[in-house]
Amino acid sequence: MEIEQTALPGIGLRHEFTTRSGRRIGVVSHRTGRRDLVIYDPDDPDRACETVKLNDEEADALAELLGAPRVVQRLNDLHREVEGLVSVKLPISEGSPYAGRPMGDARVRTRTGASIVAVARGTQIFTGPAPDFVLVPGDLVVVVGSAESTSAVDDILARG
Amino acid sequence: MHHTAILFLEFGAVVLGLGILGALALRVGISPIPLYLIAGLAFGTGGIVPLATSEEFIRVGAELGVILLLLTLGLEYNADELVTSLRGNARAGIVDLLLNAAPGAICALLLGWGPVAAVALAGVTYATSSGITAKVLSDLGWIGNRETPVVLSLLVFEDLTMAIYLPVLTAMLAGLSLLGGAVTVAIALGTVSVVLVVALKFGRFIEAFVASPNSEVLLLKVVGLALLVAGAAQQLQVSAAVGAFLVGIALSGELAEDAQALLAPLRDLFAAVFFVFFGLQTDPAKIGPVAGLAALLALVSMITKLVTGAYAARRAGIARPGQARAGIALIPRGEFNIVIAGLAVAAGAHPDLGPLAAAYVLILAAFGPLAARLVQPFITAVTKRT
Repeated sequence: MEIEQTALPGIGLRHEFTTRSGRRIGVVSHRTGRRDLVIYDPDDPDRACETVKLNDEEADALAELLGAPRVVQRLNDLHREVEGLVSVKLPISEGSPYAGRPMGDARVRTRTGASIVAVARGTQIFTGPAPDFVLVPGDLVVVVGSAESTSAVDDILARG
Repeated sequence: MHHTAILFLEFGAVVLGLGILGALALRVGISPIPLYLIAGLAFGTGGIVPLATSEEFIRVGAELGVILLLLTLGLEYNADELVTSLRGNARAGIVDLLLNAAPGAICALLLGWGPVAAVALAGVTYATSSGITAKVLSDLGWIGNRETPVVLSLLVFEDLTMAIYLPVLTAMLAGLSLLGGAVTVAIALGTVSVVLVVALKFGRFIEAFVASPNSEVLLLKVVGLALLVAGAAQQLQVSAAVGAFLVGIALSGELAEDAQALLAPLRDLFAAVFFVFFGLQTDPAKIGPVAGLAALLALVSMITKLVTGAYAARRAGIARPGQARAGIALIPRGEFNIVIAGLAVAAGAHPDLGPLAAAYVLILAAFGPLAARLVQPFITAVTKRT
């Protein structure tokens, strides 16, 4: 897939690409932070037949929606493929010994065999967090493993 | 009545009237510029009510309007963009200049107005209104269109050409001898290049001086700097407007965005005053005799802009419908054309130049956006049939 970038003097930047099914879509990034989601007319590929104006927050939300569910979908696919595999979301409470510490300190995989695949913080999702990723109270840790190993992770995160 | 009281009454009535006209333009969906011009025509020289007391005040306001128009235009671009745009689109830009300056120049020469008026009228037919065109692009949702970068870079090219054209025109209008004129033009070009180089290489020092977290301080510094440079430029015969434009270019990034947001209301007020002032100076009775000529000139220069847009878009690999849109988007004329005509009128060019330019801009400022609005349904109908 090739993304084309064009400068719009006085306005900002435009990125566009053609999907496999032949539709052309693009994003205009205004200097003011506004984003326009642009869909091109199949009959007149130079014309934007639909322009949706998005502010900062809306653009972030759309990016989330397009990016995040794919993580969940991949997890569900994994479940279907492997019998006995579960994924659980474990909250980091205020009193957790790992609140404010790098995730690697918990040595989850070594101790239980389960894997932390993502951390959800507010509306943001961090997929594949590195061992130096610092956990904070309120984070939701997504763990994949067997029923026993995931409940062991719950124990570790709550009591160390 | 007290002098100040009359001044406020007159000026207040004019500005309030403009506000009401602006609301009307917004409702109908056209640019308010033609309405402001008509309002100016209705008052002042040959109008219903002569604004004797406030005319001087409006005159100074109008000059401020030109400075602010050009300053905010310069703020929209940064020096890098200008240089890239010049490199990539020089050929289309030159076609634009040749095709669209020609109708004005030829018209003035045929009328026997002389070479100075020919240069002024060439400028009137050449410059597309970047303000109106930008608004048309955004109102009609054309910003995402693939021909839009072509249109925008032509506008950038035109604005840069103005930085050279205005000093040349100022020198010619000053009626200098060929040698004296050549010296002034050389000074002008030298100043423009020096400022551009300074903006490119040392823009951050100017920014460091101007920057302030306080919006009041920032506003005062930017306006002060622009007026100072404009005054110096005027003294060097480079034209005050170009000085302000160059200050705008020298400032870029977040600072330019902040300054633009702060200046927008000021510019809107004084730019409206500027259009009224031009109308004030123009005798509406003189428009009638030149109306036919203005319409013909508008028609010819509409066609030349269509050809320009289509040529530039085709070079960029845009298909037929996009080529038509690029041409249509370039039709509106507005602020620059009136600035040029205003300079010529102030310097005592041919008395019919002012009314001709007023009628010409009236037609194209009103018709340009309208044509753009109507063209898409037409294009869709044509593409469907084939």
